[in-house]
Amino acid sequence: MSSVEETANEAPAVEAVPKKAMTLGMGASLVMLALLIIGPMFVKNFIVFQLTMLLIYALAVLALNILTGGSGQFSLGQSAFYAVGAYTSAILMEHFGVNYAVTLPIAGLICFGFGYLFGQPALRLSGIYLALATFALAVAMPQLLKLGVFEHWTGGVQGLVVTKPDAPFGLPISQDRWLYYFTLTVAIGIYIASVNLLKSRSGRAFMAIRDNEIAASAMGVDVALYKTLAFGVSAGITGVAGGLGAIAVQFVAPDAYTITLAISLFLGMVVGGVGWLPGSIVGSAFIIFVPNIAEGISKGLSGAVFGVLLFLVIFLVPHGARQVAMVAQHMLGKLGKG
Amino acid sequence: MMQAQVAQGQSPLLAVRDVSVVFGGIVALNGVSFDMHKGAILGLIGPNGAGKTTLFNCLSRLYQPSTGDILMEGQSILTRPPHKIAEIGIGRTFQNVALFPNLTVLDNVRVGTHARTNSDIVSDSLRLGWVRRGEAELNKKVHEIIDYLDLGDVAHTVVSGLPFGTQKRVELARALAAEPKILLLDEPAGGLNHEEVHVLGDLIRRIRDDRHMTILLVEHHMGLVMSIADHVVALNFGRKLAEGTPAQVQSDPDVIKAYLGSKDQ
Repeated sequence: MSSVEETANEAPAVEAVPKKAMTLGMGASLVMLALLIIGPMFVKNFIVFQLTMLLIYALAVLALNILTGGSGQFSLGQSAFYAVGAYTSAILMEHFGVNYAVTLPIAGLICFGFGYLFGQPALRLSGIYLALATFALAVAMPQLLKLGVFEHWTGGVQGLVVTKPDAPFGLPISQDRWLYYFTLTVAIGIYIASVNLLKSRSGRAFMAIRDNEIAASAMGVDVALYKTLAFGVSAGITGVAGGLGAIAVQFVAPDAYTITLAISLFLGMVVGGVGWLPGSIVGSAFIIFVPNIAEGISKGLSGAVFGVLLFLVIFLVPHGARQVAMVAQHMLGKLGKG
Repeated sequence: MMQAQVAQGQSPLLAVRDVSVVFGGIVALNGVSFDMHKGAILGLIGPNGAGKTTLFNCLSRLYQPSTGDILMEGQSILTRPPHKIAEIGIGRTFQNVALFPNLTVLDNVRVGTHARTNSDIVSDSLRLGWVRRGEAELNKKVHEIIDYLDLGDVAHTVVSGLPFGTQKRVELARALAAEPKILLLDEPAGGLNHEEVHVLGDLIRRIRDDRHMTILLVEHHMGLVMSIADHVVALNFGRKLAEGTPAQVQSDPDVIKAYLGSKDQ
């Protein structure tokens, strides 16, 4: 009867993180940044490409983290937003000759709008029902991209080939390396903006909704507005990641953006630690590298080996990389004292 | 007492007019009317199921009355969505404590200021100058409230681990952060021991006097209501049973019957 009591008794959908623990300390951030800047100088182009993809998926995982860890809403439809971003960048570059860097904010804005609109009907759903609705979106997207009506623009089943940009100002570095540093700049910008957002009035509103909708509303938080905004922001960042992905891979095709991608991103979020933004890059590393490791162990049973590895992670560190980081911090603290 | 009497002549701050609430055939409230005057502490009493919390949820717009009206400073509140209630100056606490369990005490109180502040996601993401200044101002205010309610020691603690009594104080701090004109307290003494109830009574009176608030107190703890309320409304089975000063209501035969049962039964 009473909606107040219902919310009070409902088990939390997401195991939430206190806001203080959502980011890295200054020292750890600088070490991480130095590694990301210096590391790629000494490796082969293919590894640089993989590191670029690591950053791109980290952005997509970060976007999901804002939605799920921040506002408490599930999504299995992130691949759809990623696809829209990728196609926006590809179409703008190949059909309209727009500069690749300019296509990214456009992809972000279009995906923000798309996510915001999708958030409207999603308002009536929560928990697993919302996950199912977004799942439907992810399943529908590849087919929509194949539709004959859009074929002139999307290239239909064939997809579109994207030209890889050269380093500007005649810089003497390879295309791959340039793209890596370009992606790193974008990723750092988005990471800082996301941390700012979650620490602000808007971020507090997201987390208030995640923790208790009725109380948030009594404090003047427009629950519907902030829930859809969270969807919009998440979709927008995913769209930028999609655009970067299209430029890095030099190709967009409908079947690159299936539900498998959405599930991978979800996996990345869980492995990185739900709601812990720095964990996004760990989660991203897991979804990029662990399948390769699994294949190295057994070609025929790579899926099963991946499953076992995933099982181990969930079993040993259920809170993902955040838990590892906290244990490490604790031990360092002990060493410092002793 | 004084303030309440002075205010009698003025128009009420909040007026509940003939409010009824029906849940699928069950009449939870039946034509309840009363006025709240500025600076008063109004106690709302009644046995379990009398309709106190239902009335409370009408005031914070969680329930829609079937008939009747609720006027805040002469304006009906019934056309407002629930999230637009805080901005007109109605704040509340919840019966079973409805905090944001994963946020710190500070952040819980900061959310309380939501209705009194502005922002947009773009400015927030970029941490523009006016956002930083706003946050600094907000932090000053939040710390003042936290000190006022003696929560300084736990300011950075996540609320889910705090004792129940402390959580209740955090909820009060969060409500105060919205600078309400009317503070609705839903059973603030629930789960507190004798000593704590006494302290709470003083605190409620202090809040009324220091912060110029009008307080609606829904409470089972008769001792607390009778000692601090200026005016008492008694409900039973969704109807108003009696209204008046604590002494008048306490000696009302209908109220005594509702609480103790009549001799005839």
